[in-house]
Order: sequence, then structure tokens, then C-alpha cells
Amino acid sequence: MSAVLAAVPSVAQARLELRDISLRYFTREGETEALSGISFTLAPSEFVGIIGQSGCGKSTMLSIMAGILAPTSGKVLIDGQRIAGPMPRVGYMLQQDYLFEWRTIVDNAVLGAEIQGLDRDRARARAVQLLEKCGLGDFLHHYPRQLSGGMRQRVALARTLVTNPDVVLLDEPFSALDSQTRLAIADEVVDLLRQEGKAVVLVTHDIGEAIAMTDRVVVLSRRPGRIRSEFHIDFPSHRGGRPTPFAARSLPEFNDYFNTLWKELDVHVEG
Amino acid sequence: MSKAESTAPAACSAQYRSFLRRDRRNRALCAATQAALLLLLLALWEILPRMQWVNPMFTSYPSALWPTFLDLAKNGKLAHHTWSTLSATIIGFTLSMLLGTLVAAALWWSDYVYKILDPFLVVANAMPKIAFVPIFYIWLGSDYSIYGMAVAIAVFITIMTAHTGFRSIDPNKIKLARTFGATRLQVLIKVVLPGSVPTLISVLKMNVGLALVGVIVGEFQSANSGLGFLIINGSQIFKMNVVMTAIAVLAVLSGLMYLAIYRIEMAVMRRYA
Repeated sequence: MSAVLAAVPSVAQARLELRDISLRYFTREGETEALSGISFTLAPSEFVGIIGQSGCGKSTMLSIMAGILAPTSGKVLIDGQRIAGPMPRVGYMLQQDYLFEWRTIVDNAVLGAEIQGLDRDRARARAVQLLEKCGLGDFLHHYPRQLSGGMRQRVALARTLVTNPDVVLLDEPFSALDSQTRLAIADEVVDLLRQEGKAVVLVTHDIGEAIAMTDRVVVLSRRPGRIRSEFHIDFPSHRGGRPTPFAARSLPEFNDYFNTLWKELDVHVEG
Repeated sequence: MSKAESTAPAACSAQYRSFLRRDRRNRALCAATQAALLLLLLALWEILPRMQWVNPMFTSYPSALWPTFLDLAKNGKLAHHTWSTLSATIIGFTLSMLLGTLVAAALWWSDYVYKILDPFLVVANAMPKIAFVPIFYIWLGSDYSIYGMAVAIAVFITIMTAHTGFRSIDPNKIKLARTFGATRLQVLIKVVLPGSVPTLISVLKMNVGLALVGVIVGEFQSANSGLGFLIINGSQIFKMNVVMTAIAVLAVLSGLMYLAIYRIEMAVMRRYA
């Protein structure tokens, strides 16, 4: 593992910044303001959760960070450099795996490296190592349909990491999985991302997931999405550093954070 | 994955064995009925003209075709005519697949061009292309008018179906490629085209039949070889045996081509479950 990592030139890790971002959608019927005045900074190796109700623009915010959606106004910066499109230093993991059914697992994992024109053999070696780490060593030459949902999502994570981004954006990456798989895979994903020293933005509507997995939680307001508040997540009752997501759920702080965030979200069930 | 089902072990339950027996019996019954239906049709074709219930001048009958078939086959004439039709069909559908996929890709590339051309394509597809047979003969000469007809009949539906297939690729797969910084060409080559293989296979299936129609109609007008020529020539000199033999060969030919495509489909689709 470390041999391959060392072979990749190590640059100072990226610091991602959104500066006064707004986004409006235009249709013939009129215009909709989706995001308004968002400013946000992500430090190297920091894990940040973004929560908010559905339709508040969480995913839109990620698409802007990934450079696949241009904001109506404001800037996206990486290490102070303005970006205008997708950057290899930012990896994006979508809500579902979207594995290509015509490619084997390992061929799926090297898709991003292939698109970015990276060295084929090195990318393949890294893909194999990542997949083995996720317990998929025996499935390298299987097709996606032969794998379960959790396994497929692990392949998607490997695909995101093969290109070795500094920042990883996770867009509700577990929403398509059943609840047991979710809990198990959250531990694995966090473990792998921390090992690799990535900075992570996790978008979710699951308050518990955000508390268990991240160091800081940002709450978005309803449309147009603005940053409503921010909370640092700390588990002083746990000795020996940051608890795993699963362990965090049974610590006393977890419920306090949960109640605070629940109030902050101000959920109204309609109908 | 399906291996487990087919290796029915001896230790399986009695109910399962009886299920397998019933399944086998049903399949056998189905095949037997199909064979019987074919025999019945052939028998009717043999008996009705012979009993003079229909005029044998109009329909001929199977036993009368056999000598004609042997006669045509003996000097290699039939093989020559069949090959003319087959090769023209292969050229026709290869051209319309290539041209159709290329145009569909161009329309996928530029939505503006698609919006402009859409009504023209719809009308071109709805036109009875057979109306152009005499014009194609004048424009393209005897050989190329046959290929032209095959392409004209097959290409518009190829363009429209392939383009619909390209557009129905899951936009999230395209989004995924774009998060890695894929260019439009990379999206086309790595996502849209490979993702559309099932569509292209079904277009291919349709195309073989349509190209054959184009070739036969083209041969009616302009050829001095091919099964279409045998049919039109035989009917003009009232040799119903020749006409019917050519049609029978045509039936076998289209069956075999369909089978070939089916084989390709099975081989390719294993990856696209």
C-alpha cells in the first residue's frame, strides 16, 4: 500500500474553499434560488458533514465543489486557486454506485484513472490494492451484477480513491443500502478515508450518520440554502482518539448532538 | 451463477423431479406442435393444388419445387443468386449500421442539430422508400441502387432508435464520468456507446430484415441476378416453380441470418444483464 502511495508525488494537501456562492436555476416559468451566500472552508484531513432537509441544495453544493456545476456568483478555490471545472484533486462519490455493467470490477475501479489519462499499470495496481483492502480481492474479475449492494458501493469508493484525490465528496453514499449494511460500511469507509488522510465532505439527511462520521456538522436552511449553523463534534468521554462511527453512536455525547441538530433542522412533517 | 440450477443432483426432492419432468414435457410438446404445424402447412400446399381445389398454376406445390430446386442448384445458379442477395444484404445493413450510428452520435453530440433535423428525420422515416426504386436505378445504376435501397429503408429507423438509446443512458453515469473530468468525446466513447450495445443489437436485428426487403425490392427493378431477380423473372414468364423455390430459399436465408444475429446477441448480452 504505502509503496504505491509513496510513488505518487505528494503535494501539500488541498484546502477547499467556497466564497460567497449563490446559485439560481432558470426555467421558462421563472427563476429559483437554490443556494444563497454560502461561504465554507474545508481544512486538510478534516471531515465535515452537511445536513439539511431534502431540496435544500446539499447535493447542489457538492456539485459546485466538484466543479461540474458553475455557481451563478461566487468562487470555488483550492489552495487559493480559483477552479472552473472538475479537478483531479477532488473526488466525488455519488448516491448510488453507478458501476458500468459491461466492465469487470477492476475495470470499473480504474475508470477515473483512465479518463484522467493516468498511468494504466500503476492505476490498476492501486485499484487491486484498494479492492483487496475492501475485501473484494476475490471479485476483481466479476461483473457488478454478481455483487451485493454493499460490495458495489465499496467498489465505487475504490473507484473514487484510485485517482488519489485530496478531497473526497460523499453525496449520501449509503442511502441505497439497507440499515445493517449502512452501519458496517460507514466504519470501513471512515477508516479507509482517515488512513489515506483525505479531507471529506459528507452530505446526508441522516443526522446520526453526520454526527458519527464527521468532525464538524454544517446545517443548511430550507431553500434557498444558506448556512444556518455549525457544530464541532467531539467525544471527550471516549479515550484514545476519535471513536469509530459505530462506537460513537453509543456514547453519551451522541444523543446530545442528535437533539441539538434535530431542533436546528426544525423538521416539520407536512400532510 | 445459473450453474446451481442446471446440475440437478440426484438427491433433490421428488417434487422437484416432477417439476423438471413437467418442464421437459412442456418443451417437447411445444417443439412437436411447431413441427406438426409446419408439416400441416406443407401438406395443405401439396394437397390443395393437386386436388385442383386451387389452381396449381398459381401456387405450384412442394413436390414440384424439388426438381426445380435440384435443377437450379445443379449448375450453381441458385448458389450464385443466393450469394448475390446475401452479399448485398450484408453490405446494406453494415452500411446502414455504420452510417446510422454515426449520425445518431452526431445528433447526441449537438442537441441543436437534433432539434433542427428531428422533423425531417421523422418524415424521411415515414416515407415509403420503395417509391424511390426507379429513381435510385437512374441515379446509382444497377448494383449501387440495390445497396442504396437497402440503406434507404434501414438507415432512418437506425438513426432514430440509436439516438433514443443514446439519450436514455442514465444521466448519473454521465455525471460520474464528468466528475473525473471526462470530455464529451470520452463520455461518448466510455459511457454512451458501450452502454448502448443492447440497443444497437436490437437495431441490428431489425436492420437485417429491413435491408433484405430493400435488396429484394432493388433486385425487382434492376438486377440480373439475386433471388429478387429470380422471383420477378420467374413470374414474368409464369414459371411459378422458380418463383416459389426462390421464395423458399429466401425464407431459409432470413431464418439463418436471424439465427446468426441471435448468436451474436447471446454472446454479447451475457455482459449486460
